[in-house]
Amino acid sequence: MLTTLERNRAREGFELFPHEADIGLRGWGPSMEKAFEEIALALTSAITDPRHVEPREPVSIRCEATDDQLLLVDWLNALIYEMATLRMLFSRFTVHIEDGVLQATAWGEPLDTERHAPAVEPKGATFTGLRVEKERDGRWLAQCVVDV
Amino acid sequence: MDPESLTRIDDNCWKIEPRGRMRVPAMVFADRALLAAMDEKVREQLCNVACLPGIVEAAYAMPDAHWGYGFPIGGVAAFDPEEGGVVSAGGVGFDISCGVRTMLTGLRREDIEPVKDRLADALFATVPAGLGRHGEIRLSDRELEAMLAGGAVWAVARGWGRPEDLERIEEGGRAAGADPEAVSFRARERQRAEMGTLGSGNHYLEVQEVAEIADEETARGYGLLRGEVVVTIHCGSRGLGHQIGTEFLREMVVAASAAGIALPDRELACAPVRSAVGQRYLGAMRAAINCALANRQIIGHLARQVFERFFPGRPLRLLYDVSHNTCKEERHPVGDRRLDLFVHRKGATRALPPGDPALPEALRPFGQPVLIGGSMGTGSWILAGTRPDGPRAFASAIHGAGRALSRHQARKRWRGEEIVARLAREGVLVRSVSMRGVAEEAPDAYKDIDAVVNAAHRAGLARKVARLRPLIVIKG
Repeated sequence: MLTTLERNRAREGFELFPHEADIGLRGWGPSMEKAFEEIALALTSAITDPRHVEPREPVSIRCEATDDQLLLVDWLNALIYEMATLRMLFSRFTVHIEDGVLQATAWGEPLDTERHAPAVEPKGATFTGLRVEKERDGRWLAQCVVDV
Repeated sequence: MDPESLTRIDDNCWKIEPRGRMRVPAMVFADRALLAAMDEKVREQLCNVACLPGIVEAAYAMPDAHWGYGFPIGGVAAFDPEEGGVVSAGGVGFDISCGVRTMLTGLRREDIEPVKDRLADALFATVPAGLGRHGEIRLSDRELEAMLAGGAVWAVARGWGRPEDLERIEEGGRAAGADPEAVSFRARERQRAEMGTLGSGNHYLEVQEVAEIADEETARGYGLLRGEVVVTIHCGSRGLGHQIGTEFLREMVVAASAAGIALPDRELACAPVRSAVGQRYLGAMRAAINCALANRQIIGHLARQVFERFFPGRPLRLLYDVSHNTCKEERHPVGDRRLDLFVHRKGATRALPPGDPALPEALRPFGQPVLIGGSMGTGSWILAGTRPDGPRAFASAIHGAGRALSRHQARKRWRGEEIVARLAREGVLVRSVSMRGVAEEAPDAYKDIDAVVNAAHRAGLARKVARLRPLIVIKG
């Protein structure tokens, strides 16, 4: 018997998957938006445990692309850019997508080298293993390999 | 990769005959064991590269090749602009001009041992390593512009290093043809606080002992003596290069379809050399090369200052600085002609032969130093460019051990604290902001560096000169 929490986890979630030199990110959820939010958590989890990042300060992000895969690449690259220039990590996301335009808010806090002990520095999203699709069970999947 | 599925040229060279849309064959330099251990994905990526317009001779994989994005890491491919040849952001990688510099200390291991702990702390405190650690350097818009055009020449003029360093850096420390105008605002913003930083992942600064000499004459020519200590830095163009790679990879995906180039895979994004996008990428990429050269020059200077405090009057001398993620315009013999080609080396080092006029006089008789980064436990190698019997991948050689396990697998298998403790018992001091990062970079997550180096040596890509053993590791 699954608890409510476990059922939610099955419906939405994220994970890292192995890639020979880099890191694979995967997020899923009941909508494309949710899958994009989850893969953003996967990106943070490649660096540090997202549970140790306080969602204190909001940052707005907007991207636009002609297809869903490019939009995913742009979304991850936008997060990488904000992390690098604002020197922040993020742990909470809301994503809204309409007609190829993504509008999002990422909440996080300034990177604390000692507390977060960042393992890697994401350089950029690649087109390797890139997937944005609705699976047979109705869940949306977002997947990308990030160069670290 | 199943060796039986390739045509064996000799013990260290294997050929994949062109089929389907491949314009040229693919060639893998490796012994049977390394080849068998290579992922099938390497073959797939190499064959895809062989399909690109204007490719010349063959798509090459070095003995340390592994699965990348677009091109394999450890891949070499050259394109002829006269034949519609392309330039590819994925063929250079995000960390444009990532490379290695080795400096000679003239000190012996016995000199280092009594101060090793303090020296490790001082280097860790002085050279910012790891995500989020920044130095004191902030560049104004004007200085950033000058850095992008000037590379290590700019850094020396601003007081980071000595004029004599420059002849020991590829292209005299400055890539010609850089176009700062082609570098976006976002790329500049990512670099503003990053000058003189190591970054993270597999980047490092190591203090190493020359543990073994394989070629006495060349080692002497390079200034390498058994038991002496060198300082090696591995890093690249930091946020600026990453952003340029990111932006052009995306732009080329769109440009390739506009130019009518049917890509076997989207990640092979490229543009004709003779196109507006191609030219802008080359200008921006060369500016990123200058950024990397300036960055390693500054870090080298910081290391020099630390050593000067511990060992006054014994300045570090630069042996050589070479990049392994680049696209360079070079002239090479192809058949009975000499062609101006755009040579992509992604995780591959240029390896100029003895006598090459591009080498400084003191190094010319021996060939170019080829600096190979290993893992933090197993050591590194210095090789020399060689004059092979035939053309060997446009004078290219390996760049490192190459990963055997993914970060994911490494993290599941080891704990950073245990690795640090084990290495300390073996006399290697590790300083890092992240124990998880140390676990992901565990020595055993990499291929056997000696096997990779031996394969490169036997294949005639480069010849062995000296083996280095780490004493201090500053990890990003």
